[in-house]
This record gives sequence, structure tokens and C-alpha cells, in this order.
Amino acid sequence: MPLRVFSQKHPLAFLWIAGAIWLGLYQLLIPLSESLVSVLPVDRNSHLGGALQFFFYDTPKVLMLLTGIVFIMGMINSYFTPERTRSLLARRGEGMANVMAACLGIVTPFCSCSAVPLFIGFVQAGVPLGVTFSFLISAPMVNEVALTLLFGLFGWKTALLYMSLGLTVAIVSGWIIGRLKMENHLEDWVRDIPRTEANVGDDALTLAERSSSGWNAVRDIVGKVWPYILVGIAIGAVIHGYVPEDFMASFMGKDAWWSVPLAIVIGVPMYTNAAGVIPIVQALLAKGAALGTVLAFMMSVIGLSLPETIILRKVLKMKLIVTFVGVVASGIMLVGYVFNAFL
Amino acid sequence: MKNIKVLGSGCTNCKTTVRLIEEAATECGVDIQLEKVEEIRDIVSYGVLSTPGVIVDGQIVHTGGIPSKEKIREWLTIN
Repeated sequence: MPLRVFSQKHPLAFLWIAGAIWLGLYQLLIPLSESLVSVLPVDRNSHLGGALQFFFYDTPKVLMLLTGIVFIMGMINSYFTPERTRSLLARRGEGMANVMAACLGIVTPFCSCSAVPLFIGFVQAGVPLGVTFSFLISAPMVNEVALTLLFGLFGWKTALLYMSLGLTVAIVSGWIIGRLKMENHLEDWVRDIPRTEANVGDDALTLAERSSSGWNAVRDIVGKVWPYILVGIAIGAVIHGYVPEDFMASFMGKDAWWSVPLAIVIGVPMYTNAAGVIPIVQALLAKGAALGTVLAFMMSVIGLSLPETIILRKVLKMKLIVTFVGVVASGIMLVGYVFNAFL
Repeated sequence: MKNIKVLGSGCTNCKTTVRLIEEAATECGVDIQLEKVEEIRDIVSYGVLSTPGVIVDGQIVHTGGIPSKEKIREWLTIN
């Protein structure tokens, strides 16, 4: 593969060229989608015309954004191995460490089945329990796929809002769990594991290696989520063209006080990734659901999933699990209410 | 004969890793003894934080994610 060879031999030049091509293509998306619709035998101003233009514009836009951001995140991730993150957090006090843990949760790569080994590894190395929770809460909730899609579909304000709220929930929930001093509610075998030093090996990577870890991330993540996105945007396009405006307003609008807790109760048992949930979010918002309710729904789906909680049961006693779920759910609920009240 | 352990709770990434190693071993004609370590206590006892992790003859050679075919071939061919 000559492109691959070039990107390995001249990583810096490759990154500049790829970036320029990406930007150029991105500028062309609107004219391309319009001209694509104009060659079809469909009236641009009809429902169908609007839906098609939406689909032709949104699909490449979202896929390009996703590829670009996942690539950059893949490179950033290569600076933050779980081992390094652990040693950054080990033996720190609470407070600032919760903030750090929540931020590191965004950039440290690990797959969801690693949650338990990671948890144990952190506790073992002397990372305070609450700080570990801040990390574990923010990692799934605030991720690059969620942020990209929010940015691509609703703009940077919504993306930024979601990120700061997600971080806040992770920081505050972790801090509260830490204050509750529940170290003795870890399963006994976890407490009895001998302490280890949190040391990191030297793994300085070259730019070429980082760029190839960016590509791996693109292959992994974009390769996995693109069908969801396509289906989601298609649904979004149909709704965009045909469903009446205030359809959702009566049961997910601002005035229905019970809509926030209901959204969380429906969200938790749903097991899907950010790519699967955002199209639903898009459809709900477009037809009159309130932003706070929808964000709460999204956070509970990807941040507080039932399967992950069941896995955590292997290391946490029931009381700590219930506390964890309770604290995080309250945080999410607060986010929902605050948003519905002020926006 | 190389002793290879794949540490992971049995998610898709771990299964893919096992499959890739088996394929690479067949391709390179190297004899391996492949073990899956799925019990969390055992995974943790190796000091691995993110799975899948791979241990070749007692040495941790990889953690967190599916290793590339080239990397696997390196493990199999280097003594």
C-alpha cells in the first residue's frame, strides 16, 4: 500500500496534505449535495426534495467529521495509556484529582470490557475510590463519537454543553462517592489484592507510529459505527421531511416534569453506543422534545448502562453499586431539569 | 513451542485476538500452546489494566486492543 508507506516515511507531510484535502472536500459538501438533488427528478422544495438534500449533505458531513475527529483522538490517545493515567492519578488527594480523572477519562483509550480490570488496577495502585469513579463515569459518557455527532448534527454549542455537563456529573458524582468513604464496600477479594507500584514503562512513540494508531482508531471505530449513522441519518431525514413539528412536545417537552426521570428510566436498560443513540436524539429534538430531557436520556444510555453495572457487581458490594447508580442518576436528572428550566 | 496467553473477559476484541494469533501461527508454521484467561482475578494478577492483553512465554507483550498481524508474527518468530 503506497499511501501507507508514504504516511510512515513522511508523517508530517502526510498529515498536512491529508488535512488540506479533508478541508477542501468539506467545503464542497453543500454544492455537491444540491447538485445531486438537482439531477434527480424531484422538486427541491418538496418534502422529498428536502429530505434527500438533508441525507446527501448530512451523511458525508458526519462521516468526514467522524473520521477526522476519531483520527485526531487516536493520535491523542497514544499519549495516554491506561498505565500512564493510573500513575498520574495514584496517591493524589480528592478534589482536583477528580477533575483530572474525569478529563483523562475522555482521552484514555480502553474498551468497555476492560472496566473491571481497570477499576481494580486503579484501586490497587492507590488511586482513591472516588477518583476512580470520576474516571469510570466520564470515560463512556463523554467520548469522541458522541461529541462528533453532536457537533455535526447540532453545532458546537450543544457538543460543548454536553461535554461540560458530562464532566461535571463525573467530577461531582466521583467526589460524593469518595466523601462517603465506602472503601469497605469493595468485594473482599479486591481489598485483599496486594498493592502495586504504579510505574510506567517508557513508550515514546514516533509521529509515524502515532499517525498509524490514528488510522487504527478510524478503522476500528468508523468501521464499526457507520451503518448506525447511515440508518440514523435516513430516519432523521424522513422525520425531517414528514413528522409534524410538535409531535414530541406533549410527552417530552419542558412542561412535562416527569419526562426527565422517565427518560433516564427508559435509557438505562438500553444498550447501545453513542452512534446508535444520537439518531434517536436527533429525531426527538427535531420534533419538539426538550433539550435537557434528551441530553439526560443520552447520558443515561451511554453513561449508566445496565450491562456495565452488572459487570461491576463482581468487584463492588451491592450497597456501593446502588450508591453509584443513585448518585450518577441524580446528577443526570439535575442536568436535565436545569437545562429545561434555563433554555 | 511458545506458550501464549490471551487475557480478556471474552468480548469480541478478545475473541478476534485469539483468532488472529491462531491464524498467524498456522501461517508461520509455529507450534503454539494457546490459553485463554477469562477470570478477572487471574487477569488482574498479571497486572494488566486494559484487555485484551497478550502474554508470550511469561512476558506481557501487548495490552488494550487488537494487536496487528505484523506484531503477532514478530512475537511468534523472535526467540
